[in-house]
Amino acid sequence: MTIKTIKQHLADLKHGQVSSVELTSDYLARIASSELNAFISVNPETALAAAKHADEERAAGSDKPLLGLPIAHKDIFCIDGTRTTCGSKILENFTAPYTATVVNRLSDAGTISLGKTNMDEFAMGSSNENSYFGDVLNPWGNEVSRVPGGSSGGSAAAVAGQLVPASTGTDTGGSIRQPAAFCGLTGVKPSYGRCSRYGMIAFASSLDQAAPVTHTAEDAALLLNSMTGFDKRDSTSVEIENEDFTRDLNTPLDGLKIGLPKEFFGEGLDDEIAQRVADAIKVYESLGASVVDVSLPNAKLALAAYYVIAPAEASSNLARFDGVRYGYRTEHYDDLGQMYARTRSEGFGEEVKRRIMIGTYALSSGYYDAYYAKAQKVRRLISNDFDSLFQQVDVLIGPTTPTTAFTHGSRSDDPVAMYLNDIYTIPVNLAGLPAASIQCGLSSNGLPIGLQLITPYLQESRLLKVAHQFQLETDWHTLTAPSLEVA
Amino acid sequence: MTLDSKTVHTIARLSQLNIDDGEVDRYCQELSNILSLVEQMEQCDTTDIEPMTHPFDASLRLRSDEVTETNQREKFQAIAPQAERGLYLVPKVID
Repeated sequence: MTIKTIKQHLADLKHGQVSSVELTSDYLARIASSELNAFISVNPETALAAAKHADEERAAGSDKPLLGLPIAHKDIFCIDGTRTTCGSKILENFTAPYTATVVNRLSDAGTISLGKTNMDEFAMGSSNENSYFGDVLNPWGNEVSRVPGGSSGGSAAAVAGQLVPASTGTDTGGSIRQPAAFCGLTGVKPSYGRCSRYGMIAFASSLDQAAPVTHTAEDAALLLNSMTGFDKRDSTSVEIENEDFTRDLNTPLDGLKIGLPKEFFGEGLDDEIAQRVADAIKVYESLGASVVDVSLPNAKLALAAYYVIAPAEASSNLARFDGVRYGYRTEHYDDLGQMYARTRSEGFGEEVKRRIMIGTYALSSGYYDAYYAKAQKVRRLISNDFDSLFQQVDVLIGPTTPTTAFTHGSRSDDPVAMYLNDIYTIPVNLAGLPAASIQCGLSSNGLPIGLQLITPYLQESRLLKVAHQFQLETDWHTLTAPSLEVA
Repeated sequence: MTLDSKTVHTIARLSQLNIDDGEVDRYCQELSNILSLVEQMEQCDTTDIEPMTHPFDASLRLRSDEVTETNQREKFQAIAPQAERGLYLVPKVID
């Protein structure tokens, strides 16, 4: 099997080689026969109706950029009249009364939503094992069942399993880049503020950002052109002109200055990943880039700061789930306090409860300065580290993850061991920078390896160029999971 | 930092979560492990460093004081566990 990009699908649709109804039906059939558990909800009727409408629009001369293209949305994005669970029992039967801006923009651009993808509950997790709706299988796990990564694990598994050409996801601490790395895909986290957070269920508001997962950087650019943009409904939306993220894709890399942060190559990094990253750096050198070793001295504290800031914000955001206005309410209660506590205890899973408790503790009287204020100061130091490096280099490159996709159950008993998955991705979120993961090779046991690229604030166009030029030179991104060959 | 069971119960109460007695030891252990990770921050001197609450220190925009949203009470209350005559119903708080 070969990959089929958004770009190819759009060309086929434009030239009448396939209709949106045919394409949508084909992908719906794949989803129906899939055993990956990548989707929480599938909406065949609304998808086919939208596809039919898209075909009519095309016949009438519409030139919407993504007209008729089937995609999926992570189940963290609200869609009016559609079940939106966020991977949680507490929202198992929640029908959203409004639509997220990112979803609206993509449907205005002509996309067809096939359904909602599986995810770690409230986007808290790195393996998708924290979903109330069950584990997701990584299509690359052949003899043993491997995790797709998380929290956007369903989105990545769906694209890698060719159940959909592309999907939305989110990235709070690595939740698009890590699953993209584990599933051999391209995951692009835009700068904080690029994509509206309106209608995207909040986890850690100062870190959350919507993100696409695709086969190629060019496809990510096409989706980002429609996903991003100022939204007055998100108070932290960045107020700048819309950009064409494809504009620099074909600019050569001659003279590009690459920094290799030594903190990303230390203890804990799998040898094979280090080797494949080194090979990728050689590709960049052959394209005319120069490479220097650099340091992010405070990056080693990123995980510590993140596990104060993210849980603190989560404990506040998740206070809204009280069984009063929407979502699950416990069946048995005598008074209001009991109703709140039982609703939340029965509705939230283990990891969510742990993070609420850590966040509550960090914000509680007497501990605020030692934890929350301290973490925000460390956050500034990490951000300053990036600022000073970007005076010297154009892009930072390293591995996305310390290991390849692990087996189900192998890390779920130890929360801190699970957190270490995101050790290279988290610093970027704290600083609010754009970053991508692209596939740069396979391990000896046939698992994808991700290369992380980081650029300065609002420099997505450069980021996508650096990714695209690698994909013109190599064919790692075109590999498909062996399990697809059998089917 | 090692959390004792009393502290874990206090955190649970503040979080509006119930913890079974059988779960207390596990929570003490897991939360203490996370706090040990977090306490690596202590090795870092942050004297005179301004806290960073937001990437790029984004400040909140102001908008003019105009009504921009329409009333959708029925739609929003249709998804409530219990609502009646425009009110959300909860157990009686005052006798």
